Amino acid sequence: MADGTGPGRFTLSGIVLAGLIVILIVASLYFFIAQPYWFPILASEHGARIDSLFMAVLVVSGIAFVLVQGALGFFVARYGENGRERAAYWHDNPKAEAILLIITAVILTVLVFMGQRVWASIYFSDAPTDATIVEITGEQFLWNFHYAGPDGQFGRTDSKLITSTNNIGLDRDDPAAKDDIVSIGNMHAPVNKPVRVRLRSKDVIHSFFLPNFRVKQDAVPGMGIEVWFTPTKAGPFEVACAELCGLGHYRMKAALTIDESQEKFNQWLEEAAKQ
Amino acid sequence: MHESHTAEHVHHELGFVRKYIFSTDHKIIGIQYMITAMAMAVVGGLLSMLMRYQLAWPQMLSPTLAKIFPISYSGGVMAPEFYISLVTMHGTLMVFFLFTAVLTGGFGNFLIPLQIGARDMAFPFLNALSYWVFLLSCIVIFSALFVTSGAPMGGWTAYAPLSAVPSAAPGQATGMTLWITAIALFSVSGLMGGLNYITTILTMRTRGLSMMRLPLTQWSLLITAILGLLAFPVLLGAGILLMFDRLGGTSFFVPAGIIMGQVPIDHAGGHPLLWQHLFWFFGHPEVYIVVLPAMGMASDILSTFCRKPIFSYRMMVYSMVAISVLSFVVWGHHMFVSGMNPFLGSVFTLTTLLIAVPSAVKTFNWLGTMWGARIRFTAAGLFAIGFVSMFVSGGLSGIFLGTSAADIQLQDTYFVVAHFHLVMAIAPLFAAFAGLYFWFPKMFGRFMNPLLGKIHFWFTFIGAYCVFFPMHIIGVGGQMRRIYDPTQYMFLVPQQPVNVFITISAFILGAAQLIFLVNFFVSIFAGKRATERNPWHATTLEWTAPSPPGHGNFGEELPTVYRWPFDFSVPGEKEDFIPQDVPATVTARH
Amino acid sequence: MPVLTDDRRIGTVPPPIPPGDNGGNGPSEYGSSFPISKGQIGVWILLTAVVMLFAGLSSAYIVLRGVPAWQNIELPSLLWPNTAILLLSSVAIDLARRAVRRRDAQSMKRWLIAGLVLGAAFLLGQVAAWRQLVNAGVYLPSTLQSSFFYILSGLHGVHLLGGVIALVWVLVAALENKITVFNYERLKLCALYWHVMDAIWIYLFGMLLLS
Repeated sequence: MADGTGPGRFTLSGIVLAGLIVILIVASLYFFIAQPYWFPILASEHGARIDSLFMAVLVVSGIAFVLVQGALGFFVARYGENGRERAAYWHDNPKAEAILLIITAVILTVLVFMGQRVWASIYFSDAPTDATIVEITGEQFLWNFHYAGPDGQFGRTDSKLITSTNNIGLDRDDPAAKDDIVSIGNMHAPVNKPVRVRLRSKDVIHSFFLPNFRVKQDAVPGMGIEVWFTPTKAGPFEVACAELCGLGHYRMKAALTIDESQEKFNQWLEEAAKQ
Repeated sequence: MHESHTAEHVHHELGFVRKYIFSTDHKIIGIQYMITAMAMAVVGGLLSMLMRYQLAWPQMLSPTLAKIFPISYSGGVMAPEFYISLVTMHGTLMVFFLFTAVLTGGFGNFLIPLQIGARDMAFPFLNALSYWVFLLSCIVIFSALFVTSGAPMGGWTAYAPLSAVPSAAPGQATGMTLWITAIALFSVSGLMGGLNYITTILTMRTRGLSMMRLPLTQWSLLITAILGLLAFPVLLGAGILLMFDRLGGTSFFVPAGIIMGQVPIDHAGGHPLLWQHLFWFFGHPEVYIVVLPAMGMASDILSTFCRKPIFSYRMMVYSMVAISVLSFVVWGHHMFVSGMNPFLGSVFTLTTLLIAVPSAVKTFNWLGTMWGARIRFTAAGLFAIGFVSMFVSGGLSGIFLGTSAADIQLQDTYFVVAHFHLVMAIAPLFAAFAGLYFWFPKMFGRFMNPLLGKIHFWFTFIGAYCVFFPMHIIGVGGQMRRIYDPTQYMFLVPQQPVNVFITISAFILGAAQLIFLVNFFVSIFAGKRATERNPWHATTLEWTAPSPPGHGNFGEELPTVYRWPFDFSVPGEKEDFIPQDVPATVTARH
Repeated sequence: MPVLTDDRRIGTVPPPIPPGDNGGNGPSEYGSSFPISKGQIGVWILLTAVVMLFAGLSSAYIVLRGVPAWQNIELPSLLWPNTAILLLSSVAIDLARRAVRRRDAQSMKRWLIAGLVLGAAFLLGQVAAWRQLVNAGVYLPSTLQSSFFYILSGLHGVHLLGGVIALVWVLVAALENKITVFNYERLKLCALYWHVMDAIWIYLFGMLLLS
C-alpha cells in the first residue's frame, strides 16, 4: 500500500468550498475597490489623513486577506482525501515561522507609527487661536449649541439653573451671557476656519459624531472634553449621537451647516440671537 | 462493543434524577451546560431576528408582531425602547450564556477528564454546583425579559450613568437590577468551574501525560480558566459598585449635577469612565475566554481531519499564552474616543496591534496544517476549516479598529459589529459546531446525520458571510450601532438596501440552524449507532473509552500515555494515526 | 513542652497508598503526578479570585481618590481593636496547625476553638464598627470614602464568614479525632485562607487610613 507519498486529490467538497472562497474574495475586492457604498463625503482637513490611514490599513489587510483566504481555498481544493496516499508528515519549520512572524510584526509596527502620527496630529496639537468656539451640551435626546456671541465670552452656566426653557442652565444675569446664543439642534460654522468644540453632557454618555468630518468624541457627564477640526466644504451636514443613551438615541440628531463665508455665519448668529 | 457495565465501580444503581439531573458526573454536567446554552442561543437568536426585521424595514407596520407583542409594538411599529432591550439581551445572552457556557462549560466539562485520562473532575460536587448556579443565572436573566418596567437597555456593556441611574431609561429599573444579578451569579458559576478545570488539568493527568503532550483543546481550556479567574472577579466588583450606585445612593460612576429629564439626580461625584475601565479590563479577556477554547478545539479537529499533525504545536501553545497575557493590557482600545487620556490611546494601539502577532502565528499554523494534508470533509472537518476562514476575516478587521486614529470614524458603527461578530460569535460558533459533530458519538453513542450536517455547514458558511461581511460596508458608510431606524439620517438612507440584504440573509442563516437543532436532538435517540469507539480515527484519550463512557470513564485501568496527540500519517506506520495510549515501537515521536 | 498524647488519634503510622490515581491527591500507584495536591491548588485558585476582586475594587478606590468630590471620613475607632483580634485569631489558627505537627491533639483543639471565637468576635466587631459610624451620621452614600468603607469591609466580612464556616467544619472533624498528622490538609488550607484574609484586611485598613 502507498506509503506516505503524494498529498491528496481534488474532491467535490473541497472544490465547492474553494469556489465559495473565490466568490468571497472577488466580492470583497469589488466592494472595497469599486466602493458602491463608501465613507460619507469628506468635508474636513484632518479627515483626509484619517481616510489615508484607513486606505493604508485596507491595502495591507486586503493583501493579507486575499493571500490567506486564497491559500485556504487552494489547500481545500488540492488536498482532499481521495485514494490511499498519506498526508505529508512535516509539522515544524521554525525558519518559516520566524520569517512570517517578523514580517507580520514589522508591518504592524509600521502601521502603528503611521497611525500614531495621525493620532498625534489630532489630539496632541492645540486648536489655532482664531477658531470658532462652540460649547456643545448633549442631553437625552438633543444637542445644544452654545456660542459666546460678539463679546467672545461664554456666559456662566450652572446645572441648578436648568429649566425646560433653559436647557444648559445659562445664567442670564451674568453680563457675559447677555449676547450668548444657544441653538437647539442647529449648528453653524464658517468654512475653512477651525472649529473648537467643548463637549459636555447633562445626563448620560453621548457621542458627538460628525460622519462627514471624521469627528467622534464621547460627551461624558462630569467632564468637559475638547476636540477641534477644520471644515473644508460648505453645505448642510448631519450630526449624530454615537453612544447608546436611552430610548431616543436613534433620533438624537442635529443639523450642521457650514457657511460659505464668515459673513453668512455672522448673519446666522445674529438671527439666532434674536430668538 | 457493548456499553461497559463492567467499568462501573460498585455503585448503587442511581435513580433517574441522581443520574441525569442532579448528577456530579462531568459528562452529564457538560451536556447539561450544552443544552441550556443552546436554549439561550435560540432565545438570543430570535431576538436578533426581530432586530434585523426592524433594521431592514424600520417604519413598516407589522400587525402580526403587534399581536404577539402588544405593548412593544403598539401602533404596529416597534417601540424604540424595545429595540434597545433586544440589543442588550441579545448581546448578553450570546456572549455569556451561549458562548462562554457552551465552550467552557459544555466542552470543558465533558472533555477535560476524558482527554487527560481521569475518572472525573477534581471536585465533582463543586462542578454540579457550578451548573446549577449557572442555570439560576439563566433564569434570572430570562426573567428580565418579562418585568413590567421593561428589560434592561444598557447594551451588554452597561455603561454608566445609563446603567447606574434607574430613571435614565425605561427598563433601567428592575430590568437592570436583574441583569447585574444574573451576571454576578454567572461570574460565580464561572469561577467555580474554572477552579475545577485548573485543578483537574494540573493534578489529575494520567501517567505519561506531560503538559507538552496535552491536546490543544486542554491547553486552551486551562489558559481560559486562568483568564477567567483573573478577569471575572473584577467584573463582579464593578457590578457590586454599580448595584450600590443604583440602589444604595452611592456615586462610584455617577458624577454630580446630572439631570434626567428635568429631574436632578443627587450624587456626590463619581466617574463614568471608571465603569468602562473596570468593565473592559474584564471585557477584553472575556472575548479571549470565548475564542481560545474555540481555537484549541478547532486545531485538534482540523488536525484529525487533515490526517496531519498540527503545524508547530509548540508555537500554538506559546501563542495562546502570549495572547492571554497581552489580553490584559489592551482594554483601552474599546475607549479610544471615550474621553480617556489620548496618550493612553497611543499605548493601547501599540499593545493591540502587538496582540495581532500571536493570532497571526496561529493562522499560519492552521494553514500549515492543511498544506500537504489529506482532508476528510466531514461536517466536523468542514466547520473546523470554516472556523479558520471566519477568524481570519474577523481578525483582519480588528487591525482597522486597533489603529486609534482610524477607530475615530469606525467606533460605534457597524464596522465594529461586523468585526466582533465574525471573530467572537461566528468563528467560535463554527468551532462549537465542529465540536458537537465530532464528539457527538462519544457523548451519545450515536452519530448525527452526516448529510444534514454538511447541508447545515454550507448554509451557515454562506449565510454568515452574507450577514456579516456587508456590515463592514455600512459601518464604513457610518451606520451607528444600536439605532433602530437608520433612515432617520439622510446620509444612511442610500445604504438601506444593504440592510435589507443582511436581514434576508440573517433569516436564512437563522432558519438553517433549525437543521442542526433537529439533527442534534433527533440523533440523540434515533441516530445511527456508533459501534466503534474511535470512528474518526482520532488519537486523543477520550476515543479509547466506550461511547458513551460509563461512570468512571475508562474501566478498571486508566490509560497510560506514550506520545503526543498528533501522530497522524507517521511514515512507516501501518495506520495513518497512532492513539496517544499506544506504546512506542521503534522510536517515540515525542 | 510538646507531649506525645493521643497517638492513635493523631497518628504515628502513615496510611497505605491507595490504588489508581488517588484522584489527584498526591502519591498514587502512578507516582506523584503533580507535587501540589488538588486541595492546595483549589484554595490558591480561590484566593487568587478573591485577591482579584479586591484588586479591582482597590483600583476603583485609587481612581476615585483623585476626584474633586472626595471626602475623607473619620474611621470608627473599633477598627483598631478589631484588627488586633483578627491578627490574634490568625495566630491561634497557626498555633493549631503547629500543634498537629507536634502531635498535640489537645492543643490543636484548644487553639482551633480560640481562633474560631476570635474570628467570630472580629465579625461582630465589624458590625459594631458599622454601628459606630452610623451613630456618627456617616452612612453608605454619605461620601465616596464612606461608600468604599462599608462595601470593602462588608465584602471582606462575607469572605471571612466563609472562612469561619470552613473553620467550624475543621473543628468538628478535629473534635471527632479525624485530624491526624498525615491528614490535616483541611486545617492547613483553612489556615492559609485565614492568613490571606488577614493580610487583605490589613491592606484594606491601610488603604483607608492612608487616604
